[in-house]
Amino acid sequence: MTLLTVTGLTKSYAGADGDLPVLAGIDLDINEGEIVALLGKSGSGKSTLLRCLAGLIPPNSGTITYRGRPLTGANPGTAMVFQTFALLPWLTVQQNVEIGLEARGLPARERREAALKAIDLIGLDGFESAYPKELSGGMRQRVGFARALVVEPDVLLMDEPFSALDVLTAENLRGELLELWESGEFPTKAIVVVTHNIEEAVLLADRVVVLAARPYGTIRATYDIPLPRPRDRDSTDFTKLIDVIYQTMTGRDHGTPLPPPGVRAPAKRTPANTPLPAAGVDGLSGLAEILQRHGGRLDFAELTDELSLEVDDLLPLIDALELLGFAAVEGTEVRLTSQGCAFSEADVQTSKEIFAPAAIEIPLVRFIATSLANSVGGRLRAGFFRDVLAHHYTSEQVAEQLNVATDWGRYAELYSYDTLHEEYRLDPPPG
Amino acid sequence: MGVPRSPANRVAPSRPLSPRLGWFSWVDAVVAAGLLVLLYVVIRLGKDVTLSFAPTQVSGIDTDPARLPYYAGRSLLRMFAALGVSLVFALVWAYAAAHSRRLERVLIPALDILQSVPVLAFLTVAVTGFVALFPGSLLGLELASVFAIFTSQAWNMAFAFYHSLITTPRELDELSRGMGFSRWMRFWKVELPSGAIGLVWNAMMSFGGGWFFLVASELISVSNREYTLPGVGSYAGAAIVAGHLGHVGWAILTMAILVIGVNFLFWRPLTAWAERFKVEQSEAAQVQRSLVLDFVRRANWPRLLGRALAPLRETAGRAGRVFGVDDRPFLVDVRRRRAGDVLFTVVTLALIGWGLVSLVGYLAGQPAGLSIFVEPLLLGLATLARVVVLVAVATLIWVPIGVKIGFSPRLTRIAQPVVQILASFPANFLFPLATWLFLRTGLSLNIGGILLMALGAQWYILFNAIAGAMAIPTDLREAMDDLGVHGRRRWKRLIIPGVFPSYVTGAITASGGAWNASIVAEVVTFGGTTLTATGLGAYIAHATAAGDHPRLLAGVAVMSMYVVLINRLFWRRLYRLAEHRYSL
Ligand SMILES: Nc1ncnc2c1ncn2[C@@H]1O[C@H](COP(=O)(O)OP(=O)(O)OP(=O)(O)O)[C@@H](O)[C@H]1O
Ligand SMILES: [Mg+2]
Repeated sequence: MTLLTVTGLTKSYAGADGDLPVLAGIDLDINEGEIVALLGKSGSGKSTLLRCLAGLIPPNSGTITYRGRPLTGANPGTAMVFQTFALLPWLTVQQNVEIGLEARGLPARERREAALKAIDLIGLDGFESAYPKELSGGMRQRVGFARALVVEPDVLLMDEPFSALDVLTAENLRGELLELWESGEFPTKAIVVVTHNIEEAVLLADRVVVLAARPYGTIRATYDIPLPRPRDRDSTDFTKLIDVIYQTMTGRDHGTPLPPPGVRAPAKRTPANTPLPAAGVDGLSGLAEILQRHGGRLDFAELTDELSLEVDDLLPLIDALELLGFAAVEGTEVRLTSQGCAFSEADVQTSKEIFAPAAIEIPLVRFIATSLANSVGGRLRAGFFRDVLAHHYTSEQVAEQLNVATDWGRYAELYSYDTLHEEYRLDPPPG
Repeated sequence: MGVPRSPANRVAPSRPLSPRLGWFSWVDAVVAAGLLVLLYVVIRLGKDVTLSFAPTQVSGIDTDPARLPYYAGRSLLRMFAALGVSLVFALVWAYAAAHSRRLERVLIPALDILQSVPVLAFLTVAVTGFVALFPGSLLGLELASVFAIFTSQAWNMAFAFYHSLITTPRELDELSRGMGFSRWMRFWKVELPSGAIGLVWNAMMSFGGGWFFLVASELISVSNREYTLPGVGSYAGAAIVAGHLGHVGWAILTMAILVIGVNFLFWRPLTAWAERFKVEQSEAAQVQRSLVLDFVRRANWPRLLGRALAPLRETAGRAGRVFGVDDRPFLVDVRRRRAGDVLFTVVTLALIGWGLVSLVGYLAGQPAGLSIFVEPLLLGLATLARVVVLVAVATLIWVPIGVKIGFSPRLTRIAQPVVQILASFPANFLFPLATWLFLRTGLSLNIGGILLMALGAQWYILFNAIAGAMAIPTDLREAMDDLGVHGRRRWKRLIIPGVFPSYVTGAITASGGAWNASIVAEVVTFGGTTLTATGLGAYIAHATAAGDHPRLLAGVAVMSMYVVLINRLFWRRLYRLAEHRYSL
């Protein structure tokens, strides 16, 4: 039976021209008995979609129904597990777990019984009277699970529930959760989990929904994972699935022809259609050096292993190298271009000299630099650029775009930025 | 983008279990007795409050030192009454501002102005108002005094709570709405605890500042009438009139005991207790400790009381459901909302406009007309000059000393509580002594006024300089040592940038305090002699004493304007500078 149905959902946040879409045209069903993973790059709108399912943020258009009834506010059939746990530090574990029942007006006795049962189920016995700050991260997240499960929601919503935990703790907790789910004792009928970790998605889910980030979050692909549990990470089926999803996520599966190295697409790129990936110069030159050390090419999977980074942290860096013409992505492999090699080998001054001409080709950087060159005294307020970008990005995204452009432009010595006066200046000043 | 990751998931040591005590131990007895005594004292002191009196006659203050404990109790009662009122006000005001889009637009700017208005100027208005409200009873005066103290505390506390309300972490908001909390539950379980630390610390600071207004409000002359309330402040006043320097000494001693005692018995335990509301998930290295709290915690009855009150909490929780569920429905009727906005704006503007028109009409009807503002504007420059000199000199003296203290943990441990108490000690208590000194040395009050104003205000600068110096990381200092950066270069590169943000906070408070103090510092009396300085403070004080309402109005308005303008044009900019450039 279908518990949640999303039809034609769009969600926008305010920009200067009105609303800027973050999610568009989302159709999704959550059925009884399944675990669904929402996967996507940072900023693709995973959390936004999850909160729409919970009825915490209103969609701009489209409907979300719970058991056939459209939502008009907080969803009565869901409960949420948070990445940062969201426990109340002034309440004990038991009081934290009871809080959902208290909100429903249950008498103290019943609350206590239900809470103790959930605490027992989730492996928190003995911690009932402890305060959250006495617990380790893993134990805290258990409290988060118990608190959500005790209200017996139809659908459990989890927003990156394991990503604030260390690797071993996360692995352990994930395992226990799956065991519980398989055992049939689990008090909910379906789970939706947001993650940016492909392996986690394939380990947990019956269905993986991949969200695309640009120009706005749409469902790029859906994969059914028919593998029996417990799943073997080293099986060929597993790794094959991971490879396929990797390629989908990095957007190279449609046969989009890559521009030859060094040659960039004609000048149709604008700050609006070419967002800067959230990567600082430090990070991207670090990645270039690592690639260089491995002979200039590496597989995604090798990279994530090598750096023990999540794709989510890695992808912006790769995107940045690619945008600058320092690297190219083929299939699941990242390869340094000749410029990229030169960049990674150079000393600071030379690397700036290589970086500057590459950076000036980036639409937003170029836009800032030319605007400054054409302004009186080579100075412009950040507010000017903010206003221009606000037509294409939400305010959060504008801040991020300008952050990256500032970092790149400063490193390239194209312009400088005065935080106090919120002002960009040509570097060196004209005249 | 970035996913916050907690670096380590260490297992914190579990809290030591309190030793199991019997059902009723001697600790319980002592604490219970203490509470009983407190209750008795409150009742005993409260009985006299409604004693009738004729406002024309100066009620007698007995300067026998044996009466001092009684007077101290009366003063203390006023302070705590004001604290209670301030707390309620702060909670209601901040809640309304944070949860109503429309009210926010009115309440928050209002708070900002109220914070800058010289509170002491209100006192006279309050006294006339409250006395008229309760003719023939001391209650009017008591209320006026409580009101004066309230005005020195409430705005800070409201701001603190408002700030914590609007910065409620997003997850907690989502938790509350997702779980279907009632509004009451959201307030009681999420919002109030999150704001508790800010509230307690702000209340403590404001309470320290409140002593000044207590003293000022116990002895006041309005419209050529002397009003006196039994209390330490009025005791000291009476002792001075009677010329008993010895009794003045007793009063000062009592005041010191009050300030220190309240700190030790009330604020320290409270701040230590409030530690449990820290949102930070890990156990902090340095925690507030309090002997008194440790003692009370050893008692059994707080826990028993908690258990006994559980049904009450349940009932309150259930009753709280009448306030509705914390939810934000998807559908808002845009037309109705728009109409509501328009109505609200129109009504607000109409009220303000009506007030302005009648005010201007009132002033224009006076003999002086609107030119009544000219004199206070000019006099304001004189007071401004005093404030500037005060802040500058206090900076030159106290910042180097504060830095010295802040760099030495040992000195800090001793100096910090002392300075805090010095800052709390009502400086106006010492004014008569200083006046006596001025009379003897022939120093003009035009200069001496600066000293009087500095008596209270300077400590904020010292206090914050110490705090700023403490915040400079030790490794930075060591790095400077290694690099051989000393003397002026060290000040320029390390100390000034490090101390600056904290200093600015202190200087704002100090200058605000100085403006306020000018009202009592520019006219002082000792025995039969009255000294007067040229300035806006004296102008307001004279207008008050003469019951000249148009001038009082003009004076207060001009002084508020000065304070607001200086805050906006000068301090805010420095504050921004401190935030952007110099934050460590
Ligand atoms: N309140 C908001 N106002 C404006 N823009 C927002 C707001 N919330 C999110 N956004 C933007 O919407 C986009 C999607 O955000 P969302 O948090 O859903 O992404 P996500 O996939 O969960 O990313 P992450 O992996 O970083 O958590 C982002 O670009 C973000 O900047
Ligand atoms: Mg997210």
